[in-house]
Amino acid sequence: MAKPVTIQNSSVVFGNHAQKKAAIELLDGELSPQEIRERTGATVAVRNVNLDIKEGELFVIVGLSGSGKSSLIRTLNLLNRPATGKTFVGDRNLLEMSKKELRRYRRNEVSMVFQNFALLTHRTVIRNVQYPLEIQGVSKKEYTERAEEAIRMVGLEGWEHYMPSQLSGGMRQRVGLARALTNDPEVLLMDEPYSALDPLIRREMQNELIKLEDEMDRTIIFITHDMNEAFRLGDRIALMKDAEMVQIGKPDEFFDNPASDYVRNFIADVDKTRILKVRSIMNKPAYIAKQGDRVKDTLEAVKKRELSFTYVTDENRKFLGYVTLDQLKRSRGKTIDRLINEDETVIYRNAFLREAWPKLKEAEYDLPVVDGKGRLRGVLDYDVVVDALAD
Amino acid sequence: MFETLLSGFWESLVEIPEFLEINYEATIQRFVDWFAATFDVIFGAIRDFVRRVIYNLELWLLAIPWFIFVILVFLAGWRLKNLTTGVVLGLMVVYIASSSLWEHTMSTFVIVIFSVIVCFILGLPLGILMSKYRPVEAVLRPILDLMQTLPTFVYLIPALMLLGLGSPAAALSTTIFALPPLIRLTYLGITTVPTEVREAGTAFGSTPIQLLVKVEIPQALKSIAQGINQTTMLAISMVVIATLVGFGGLGEEIYGALASGRRGVGQGFVAGFATVFLAIILDRLIQGVAERFDHSEGGES
Repeated sequence: MAKPVTIQNSSVVFGNHAQKKAAIELLDGELSPQEIRERTGATVAVRNVNLDIKEGELFVIVGLSGSGKSSLIRTLNLLNRPATGKTFVGDRNLLEMSKKELRRYRRNEVSMVFQNFALLTHRTVIRNVQYPLEIQGVSKKEYTERAEEAIRMVGLEGWEHYMPSQLSGGMRQRVGLARALTNDPEVLLMDEPYSALDPLIRREMQNELIKLEDEMDRTIIFITHDMNEAFRLGDRIALMKDAEMVQIGKPDEFFDNPASDYVRNFIADVDKTRILKVRSIMNKPAYIAKQGDRVKDTLEAVKKRELSFTYVTDENRKFLGYVTLDQLKRSRGKTIDRLINEDETVIYRNAFLREAWPKLKEAEYDLPVVDGKGRLRGVLDYDVVVDALAD
Repeated sequence: MFETLLSGFWESLVEIPEFLEINYEATIQRFVDWFAATFDVIFGAIRDFVRRVIYNLELWLLAIPWFIFVILVFLAGWRLKNLTTGVVLGLMVVYIASSSLWEHTMSTFVIVIFSVIVCFILGLPLGILMSKYRPVEAVLRPILDLMQTLPTFVYLIPALMLLGLGSPAAALSTTIFALPPLIRLTYLGITTVPTEVREAGTAFGSTPIQLLVKVEIPQALKSIAQGINQTTMLAISMVVIATLVGFGGLGEEIYGALASGRRGVGQGFVAGFATVFLAIILDRLIQGVAERFDHSEGGES
């Protein structure tokens, strides 16, 4: 199960004890990080950052090098310990964990993909991938099976017994990703995972990540300095500069309401229609009925929300169709099962807006948005799309 | 008259005053006697133990026919390096066997092996501690620097003083002399593990011991193997000098040759070659092993 991540007033400061103490005093003041460093000798890498990352979200933090984005993501597995604030994963504050709890958290709930892969070069591919489970005392049979599964997921079957030095950069990062998936984490941290790869491979890896992400249920936090990458991948994006958050929002919000000239410059060479994805501007359906629900209950819920129809899914959230308000009013049956209008016109949530447009024009109602497994994930509103493409 | 007075005064200056004439030798001798007498039980036990181990090792090695060594060295050189290396190293063993220095070479070899093993047992943990704890590094570093600047002969004195003449003293001085590179290269190997790799180990929830055993030491193996190689080379050079504390081996032949002046030149060269060949064989084979641990790009395996 994915978990939400909440960062409250978090700051990361580097320096010796006295320097840090002096710098923390100045965090709430007006001085820039540069000035704080000149005065105290401590480096402020992250300053009073607040983030609310939802469960299952693919959240991208973007910024130039030195903006503090890497320092921030590393507070989520405590490779960096924040000097101030709170860091919640689920409902637990990481900063209050004992050593043992922290180790358990790192083993079971979080994992990380590194910029330069950070593979254990003395181990074969499969022995790299099994490492997170091996150190937990999982049986050999189990960790081998799960490592093989992770290797399959990233498309490296057949390479299990090669050494990392025999693989290309893209393949090495696949090993890094597989290793981060073996312990089935709720939160996946990716620290500039594709920055060391050449552009073609990078594009391929991004597409694979989008596909993989679709099949898994986990919160992903992704760091990059590449705005195009950020917009291609992110459900929401946070832009950092000089240790602080400049703007946080869905991709289209950056275009609609850039918070400053800095943001405007940053997104200047991003091609919007190629980058805006259905998922980034879709809304949550106001109500979803389940197969087997009683007509009476459904009617009540739909009326209460002043809707004219509702989508229906099965118990696994798989999209089945819709039921209109009129149907519900007229029905004499007990459950809504026989009323469902099967609807073929759905849109895949990772489609770009360009592809969604023709379908949207045909549709009678707003378009239901589904993931790769056909589960209902949201609804695409005609007006929202028009707005997004307008400027 | 003035002149006589002056020269008399000068002479009194040149002369070292009586109160400065301290008998350091006697003081040191007394300290050493006291030290040796007080800890005689310990050093006696060490002496007897080392002597027995070395004696037995030598007996076993001498019980193995010479051509088995030729075959083993040939095979090891071939597998670890290449066929040419195997052949050349094998021929070197043949030379040693044919030079009637077999027994001398074996006693030298035993001291080297013994010292290197002790160096490994001491040096690996010391190198690891040095890389993990700042204070250990602060203490060890100047000691290691000092050890590498001291003249070789100095190492013989404490060994002689504590263990008396014989193979245990030779083994001790050889061990102390050969220890620094292993400590240094273990330290180097562990401190140069890429930060990201160490962080990956931590990020997946390794305990400090797991990090050391499964990440840091394996990553440092190439460096550690090079340390063993350098330690072995130093040990060979020291064993020759250790002849001075009453130990035989190839060094005895070389000193014998030196003592007989011109007539000893032939004998000196024959024993010298045997020493050099022993060093080359060990060097190549250990390097061959070290290369197995090279997992960097372009490295083997």
